[in-house]
Amino acid sequence: MRLESPTPDAPTAPRADESEAPHATGSGGKPVQRVSGVVIRFAGDSGDGMQLTGDRFTAETATMGNALATLPSFPAEIRAPQGTLLGVSSFQLQFADHVVLTPGDSPDVLVAMNPAALRANIADLPRGGVIIADSDEFTKRSLQKVGYTVSPLEDGSLESFQVHALPLTSMTVEALKDSGLSRKDSERAKNMFALGMLSWLYDRPTQATEKFIATKFAKKPAVRDANLTAFRAGWAFGETTEGFAVRYEVAPAEHPAGTYRNITGSTALAYGLASAAHKAGLPLVLGSYPITPASDILHALSGMKRFGVTTLQAEDEIAGVGIALGASFGGSLGVTTTSGPGLALKAETIGLAVMLELPLVVVDVQRGGPSTGLPTKTEQADLLQAMYGRNGESPLPVVAASSPTDCFTAAVEAVRIAVTYRTPVILLSDGYLANGSEPWALPKVADLPAIDPAFATAHNGAGDDGTPAFRPYLRDPETLARPWAVPGTPGLAHRIGGLEKADITGEISYEPENHERMTGLRQAKVDGVSVPPLEVDDPVAPDGSRARVLVLGWGSTYGPIAAAVRDARAEGLQVARAHLRHLNPFPPGLGDVLRSYDRVVLPEMNGGQLALLLRARYLVDVQSHGRVRGRPFTAGELTDVVRDAVTQLPDPQLPDPRPASAAAPSAGGVTESPQEARR
Amino acid sequence: MTTTPTRTTSLGLPGVRTGTEGVPRLPEGTNLTKKDFTAANEVRWCPGCGDYAVLAAVQGFMPELGLRKENIVCVSGIGCSSRFPYYLDTYGMHSIHGRAPAIATGLATSRADLSVWVVTGDGDALSIGGNHLIHAMRRNVNMTILLFNNRIYGLTKGQYSPTSEVGKVTKSTPAGSVDAPFNPVSLALGAEATFVARTLDSDRKHLTSVLRAAAEHRGTSLVEIYQNCPIFNDGAFDVLKDRDEAQARLVRLTDGEQVRFGREGEEKVVVRTAGGGVEAVPAAEAGGREVVVHDTGALDPSQAFSLSRLDGPSMAHVPVGVFRSVSRPTYDDLVRDQVDSAREESGGPASDADLDALIAGGDTWVVR
Ligand code: SF4
Repeated sequence: MRLESPTPDAPTAPRADESEAPHATGSGGKPVQRVSGVVIRFAGDSGDGMQLTGDRFTAETATMGNALATLPSFPAEIRAPQGTLLGVSSFQLQFADHVVLTPGDSPDVLVAMNPAALRANIADLPRGGVIIADSDEFTKRSLQKVGYTVSPLEDGSLESFQVHALPLTSMTVEALKDSGLSRKDSERAKNMFALGMLSWLYDRPTQATEKFIATKFAKKPAVRDANLTAFRAGWAFGETTEGFAVRYEVAPAEHPAGTYRNITGSTALAYGLASAAHKAGLPLVLGSYPITPASDILHALSGMKRFGVTTLQAEDEIAGVGIALGASFGGSLGVTTTSGPGLALKAETIGLAVMLELPLVVVDVQRGGPSTGLPTKTEQADLLQAMYGRNGESPLPVVAASSPTDCFTAAVEAVRIAVTYRTPVILLSDGYLANGSEPWALPKVADLPAIDPAFATAHNGAGDDGTPAFRPYLRDPETLARPWAVPGTPGLAHRIGGLEKADITGEISYEPENHERMTGLRQAKVDGVSVPPLEVDDPVAPDGSRARVLVLGWGSTYGPIAAAVRDARAEGLQVARAHLRHLNPFPPGLGDVLRSYDRVVLPEMNGGQLALLLRARYLVDVQSHGRVRGRPFTAGELTDVVRDAVTQLPDPQLPDPRPASAAAPSAGGVTESPQEARR
Repeated sequence: MTTTPTRTTSLGLPGVRTGTEGVPRLPEGTNLTKKDFTAANEVRWCPGCGDYAVLAAVQGFMPELGLRKENIVCVSGIGCSSRFPYYLDTYGMHSIHGRAPAIATGLATSRADLSVWVVTGDGDALSIGGNHLIHAMRRNVNMTILLFNNRIYGLTKGQYSPTSEVGKVTKSTPAGSVDAPFNPVSLALGAEATFVARTLDSDRKHLTSVLRAAAEHRGTSLVEIYQNCPIFNDGAFDVLKDRDEAQARLVRLTDGEQVRFGREGEEKVVVRTAGGGVEAVPAAEAGGREVVVHDTGALDPSQAFSLSRLDGPSMAHVPVGVFRSVSRPTYDDLVRDQVDSAREESGGPASDADLDALIAGGDTWVVR
């Protein structure tokens, strides 16, 4: 579930510089200044442990009860050349006392552990932003590696920022001088020093991090102690240094009552799959081949054996889906997880699943493409591959998750559809959702919808001679699903395969009329999947007027779109918003919704793939805003898009300046598709 | 319908568990016949195709297993032989090209109570599906793979296959193929297969005895079946089928016995070479050389591999029978053991509350 603040339309968080004046703390320390929200970006070399630092700060922040969203970003190489721009790894989080929809457009605070981290990120920091830099790392050599001739910490080029150049490395080494560790090993704890310092600066609780360090390094007492010491030293430094005059406080956000945890999209997705399989009473069998950024789902499910989850690391992507499909044939819930390149390889087997009409869940955690593309960066460019990336007419349901926590709900939905309709389902996540995290009000498994596998146990028809027989392709009249008769069921032995099936009997059939009928039935089954109607957020203005512009999205653009619409409304613009979970079939009435607006704006992280589908299907002139930069939209850029769309809309009283063909495609042009005609 | 595998314990002892252990058996006194395994579908292979003989042998052998018919599953890929499941009256899946071992791996691992059979051909198993085949054997998934080797692509009308001999003139190689062929037995032995055998479509008795041994074996059993395609590669194995020639060329491997073959009066023996390999020599000339004693259970596959190399394009001496049969824990048993013990340790199947606890993790907070 998504966190909604009591006032979801509150304007963007005021930053530190526009919030309350500092007040003295009760504990005799430094004055505390209350701010409503902060965006911090930790950046360093990929060997500096920035992801861990970010994760820990996030966990501390989550337990504080702040609303938050995170954006980890790392190179595709595990250890890119040290100190280079290529090797910079970063972790950004926004936390606030009010609803947070994105990890923040730009950081307020940049923690730069070396010159490369500064250089790679400084352009994103607005003037007046805070820079905390490890001055020890700004050596001549490190500066040269990234093209600085003079240290930016000394040449005045950072004058318009608040710079804290601190010798983090040497302070860490100093704190660890009695640890017995080598200088090199001591230096490695500098990320914990930085974490301690930031934890002080933002008044984060530290017990959980201390416990975490103690557990993580339980087998290496020297390392454990060094990390704890560095963490505490960082905290103490914050408290004593003159450099930080105030510390900041971000009050907990008003969340609905409940028990919360912080969770990444991949973990939530794994839990969703396992919970849905549990609800269906089916063993879950995952066949998967490691691929970035999907492997975390494989890792999570591998640790869930006690919940009846079996994971098989396959020899390749094709085997991964083959294993899953074989397990589904045997009466398990077959699941395979991958990213775009893997989905391409699995296409033929997914087509077989379309033909066999067996449940199968295919998770695609999208990344930048084509080919190997941008393995660690996010994109939404697999939509058309998911829809059409198979030979022949091979429709299947497509479901997309919209936020890290929504990955849970979307996974449950994918399983429901797969099992109920005996069909492969593609569940789309992406790199941003997979690695990003946010607080989650824990669901109760008992409250999840029931899923009934309804295995076939008896004959369902008669043979040519009139005796009772099993008809593997005799469909449920309501869902058009065929019976799922698993091996081991007496009397129902049957053969299925990729060759065209005769209607009802499932025998091989090359008969032309039958092929057309079966093609239509497979399409009609998918078209008939029950999907809730689209919810449109379109508040009526006090004067009774309605928005003329609809911003539509799907998948992980939910956060930035919702934030942009919120900000546009705060500017007084009238704009409606809707988000699609179901990409196939579309929710009922979608065409009417689209046609009821003068303009539909569709931001997506691809070249306009959903826009293409909507235009083709509904003949609505959807305005696409497609970007592929490997990172999520910022709320700011989408606010500009929304503002432009609203303000540039022609006055409805005046004639439309667009050519007639574009302006009036409707009426006679909207024909039913052959599939619809068949229904 | 239960899909929960029966609890099994791996003792790591050789020969303790059979290939069909855990698969429900017919009640005492109930017997099936070949007819019970014969599907109603009209068989659509070309007249004279070797596949007919294999089908008849399998249908005739299946009742011997004493298993409940519904617990036998046949999975195939694409090719002439892969139509097999349609003709065998069990559960079956005619899947896609080369992927049958992967699909069967998912099925066999998730269902301890099934006897899983894979039917494939030389193109299906060794070309497009080569990766799945070697990994199935390396993992040792409990299933029997029948590899119909006709050394040609039949269904696509006669292109050379990965087992065709060099120089093969086909529609796609008018100037002769330049590909070096695979020796499927050598390949299987190199891929860590625990059971490897070769037999012939035309020798019903031998074929059945190999099927028996393969089904008995727990783990992946790879059975190469030389199969004649009268349409596109007729007579590929004729020298092994003529009674007299067969006697001269077929090396019938028998565990624990010296490897001897040949026509009466022209007996040959297989002896060790100085380089550690083996060669066939006239028995009369073997002198004091060490005659190889076949050992299917040898953990070191070297000798079995050497025997597989006796075979060449000339088919002067072709070993048939079981090359290797060793016991190694199967992948599917081990995977199920891990899942089962995790469940047992946590007190049985998970409840809603167990899942709630999993989802909550260790770091929660409460908002009132
Ligand atoms: S083409 Fe060859 S292998 Fe295929 S069915 Fe005909 S004879 Fe048999």
